[in-house]
Amino acid sequence: MATRHQKTLARFMVAPSVLLLLGWMIVPLAMTLWFSFQSYNLLSPGMEQFIGWTNYKYFLSDPAFWQAMTNTLLIVIGVLVITVGGGILLALLLDQPIMGQGVVRILMIAPFFIMPTVSALVWKNMFMNPVNGLFAWVAKAVGAQPVDFLAQYPLMSIIGIVAWQWLPFATLILLTALQSLDSEQMEAAEMDGASAWAKFTHLVLPHLSRAITVVILIETIFLLSVFAEILVTTNGGPGYASTNLTYLVYSQALLQYDVGGASAGGIIAVILANIVAIFLMRMIGKTLE
Amino acid sequence: MGSITLKQVRKAFGEVEVIPGVDLQINDGEFVVFVGPSGCGKSTLLRLIAGLEDVTSGQILIDGQDVTHAAPAKRKLAMVFQSYALYPHMSVRKNIAFPLKMAGMDAAEQDRRVGHAAGILNLTDYLERRPGQLSGGQRQRVAIGRAIVREPSAFLFDEPLSNLDAALRVNMRVEISELHKKLATTMVYVTHDQVEAMTMADKIVVLRAGRVEQVGSPLELYRNPANRFVAGFIGSPNMNFLEGEVASRMGAHAIGVRPGHFRMSTSDGLLPGTVGVAEHLGSDTFLHVDLDGGTHVIARAEGEFPVHHGDRIWLTPQEGRIYRFNDKGLSL
Repeated sequence: MATRHQKTLARFMVAPSVLLLLGWMIVPLAMTLWFSFQSYNLLSPGMEQFIGWTNYKYFLSDPAFWQAMTNTLLIVIGVLVITVGGGILLALLLDQPIMGQGVVRILMIAPFFIMPTVSALVWKNMFMNPVNGLFAWVAKAVGAQPVDFLAQYPLMSIIGIVAWQWLPFATLILLTALQSLDSEQMEAAEMDGASAWAKFTHLVLPHLSRAITVVILIETIFLLSVFAEILVTTNGGPGYASTNLTYLVYSQALLQYDVGGASAGGIIAVILANIVAIFLMRMIGKTLE
Repeated sequence: MGSITLKQVRKAFGEVEVIPGVDLQINDGEFVVFVGPSGCGKSTLLRLIAGLEDVTSGQILIDGQDVTHAAPAKRKLAMVFQSYALYPHMSVRKNIAFPLKMAGMDAAEQDRRVGHAAGILNLTDYLERRPGQLSGGQRQRVAIGRAIVREPSAFLFDEPLSNLDAALRVNMRVEISELHKKLATTMVYVTHDQVEAMTMADKIVVLRAGRVEQVGSPLELYRNPANRFVAGFIGSPNMNFLEGEVASRMGAHAIGVRPGHFRMSTSDGLLPGTVGVAEHLGSDTFLHVDLDGGTHVIARAEGEFPVHHGDRIWLTPQEGRIYRFNDKGLSL
């Protein structure tokens, strides 16, 4: 048991790192808050002044805002569905004894090591390009009209690219969880006359529930702020078809030079992220008991 | 009904032959124990019967039907695993009902059977708990419950007591024996503990390196071991083996004497020696004796026998209680 004396000492010892982390977080947040109540445009320097909630009113009433909100949620949900579903499927396949298992597993993980900008560029220029892309070549080979993915289905294309990047992560986590499943349990189920599907739904899925929660949590944190993939492929377009909240804040600040409006957007994004976090924490609390 | 017949069953994992060919007959209602040192293939043999491993060659018949290539669930056998293999996210009730649910039985019949099994195994108060909230012995009973609700033609036990502590093991041993009397169903039980084998079995199968060394009732194996391995494995403490002059005088390569079959004296006898450790238990006295000539033996005297570390002692094997073995280890 720690004595009162030791506790006081411990508090002093951790104080510097706590203060540093707090400062690291509080200073930018406070500045963003401050800017969000200012009329602050880089094109008209020296005109800064306090304008109250005006930035928020403009940002929230911007038609692009609601579209960006929808797109953000669609990206998160779309990628989660693909990576969790595909991850379970791939994990089940990779768990089978096959030739060259080690090599296959390394190949599986590879996309995760590629930078988002690079992989998005590769997808854009080598796969989805309507003239030189692989998909266009395949379409032409079978006599079909090549699809201009990024122009016709921009959001779906981005979901596809991001899902491709995150699939290995989900697969890896789910595969390790799968390998920790007690083989005697599976044998017991086999003796009990369970079909392959029954074994999957009654044993494998409940066993994976924790790992799935972890995947959803970690991916959501990163997926709420997808940016590089949008910047190098569609630039948020056509129109606002592939603009998410992060990209909208970026365009407000660095394309329209409206620091005040962008800050208001940033604060709104923080609030939304916290709402999502509350839901996620509840979900985790339930599965982890 | 539950008779099991193995005909020349052979199992190899790649190049390694684990079971070189076993013939065995298990009769309906028998309690058969496979016993042997670890790695002797006893668990593999059980898994072959269960269908969890495929036989390399040979035949397995259950109630006269060839099930060599049948799926485990089709063999009407139930198995209790060493780790219990309970489903951790299901309640005890759901665990026990799982095989019935998989068989598509209606809910009322499921409830009736689960209730019946829980009654037999004293689990009625624990039906809504998760396996994680139960003690080792209770988990073991749930695993048995899951086996009995299916009303199988035979039960297979794979070292079910090895994860329990010593006191609980003795209790569960008695419970399983009583269950066998109550259900009168064939049971095949794997263990490396010869005490479990001796106390529970109707018939013991002693295995070594995948071969059946001897099959028989516990006392048959105790009285007439076929070879030196069986003689040394059955009985506690182990049989003492003496080689050299003493043995050749009796016309054998080696002789075996059980610890309880020595006459002890502090003045004269056949085999002189020095007492090493003396364990005085009150009801028995176990003496670890270093015989002159270097052989170490254990002797048991009933009641108290007042010798201590360093005392001289003479041991004389009792007439008619000496086992003789030839140079290949077979009984003479």
